[in-house]
Amino acid sequence: PPDEALFLLLHNEMVAGLYRAAEQGEGENGRCTTKLESMGFRVGQGLIERFTKDTARFTPPLDIMKFICKDFWTPPLKKQIDNLRTNHQGIYPPQDNKFRLLTQISAGKQYLEHAPKYLAFTCGPPPGGLLNLGIKSIVTPPLSSMPACK
Amino acid sequence: WPVLISVICSPPQNYPLYIRSIPTENELKFHYTVHTSLDVVDEKISAMGKALVDQRELYLGLLYPTEDYKVYGYVTNSKVKFVMVVDSSNTALRDNEIRSMFRKLHNSYTDIMCNPFYNPGDRIHSRAFDSMVNSMMMQVC
Repeated sequence: PPDEALFLLLHNEMVAGLYRAAEQGEGENGRCTTKLESMGFRVGQGLIERFTKDTARFTPPLDIMKFICKDFWTPPLKKQIDNLRTNHQGIYPPQDNKFRLLTQISAGKQYLEHAPKYLAFTCGPPPGGLLNLGIKSIVTPPLSSMPACK
Repeated sequence: WPVLISVICSPPQNYPLYIRSIPTENELKFHYTVHTSLDVVDEKISAMGKALVDQRELYLGLLYPTEDYKVYGYVTNSKVKFVMVVDSSNTALRDNEIRSMFRKLHNSYTDIMCNPFYNPGDRIHSRAFDSMVNSMMMQVC
């Protein structure tokens, strides 16, 4: 479907464009990650409003986490989260084994160093959405092997 | 017949993002009513934990009647509150009409959230939103 390809291409350009601008003297690498994340954050706030418009009221936090893994993750990334665990102390690592934004980069160790740039944007929407649902959160994306990520 | 519609942002800020009333002279008096109704909204939400109210509904129904007005509430999953104040003498307005007005408010609010030029927490200045509210109020008055 065309809109899927459009988003992938747009996302790749966003990452490349921001880093190019950074090289031309706008700031160090860390700022690019923050910019990408905050773009994602704002998008997440809008998305959560639209996706929760017609749902019944949630009982936090379990309803909310389930919603994020199924209904929030699926439309942009075309599949549900593969695995969700919790340590019952407020940490929920969702696992996606075939993360759509990374599948275009060849599997294997060579690009592992650059992969985090492509995760930055996606780290935005969950906290944005969660904040609007009343939950403060941080996202850290450990990457062990392409194209899986937690 | 006087009517007021208000959109209040999520806690902890809880200030109005939008207030519109007909006739507009009453607006200041309505600010007070809206403010006190927030407490009632919070009460209803916490009462849901005790399963007294249908937990899954976003529409809260009649919050409280004063001798002049009836106040209705609606809270989204994102904790944004919509409050509607209607003149008590307006007995023609039925529950399902009020529900559908809240749905329209919710839909328009969602559009505003998705507008990249809108910053969450800003006051709402949108012609589309205004005209939706205007046409709703015309139907009620």
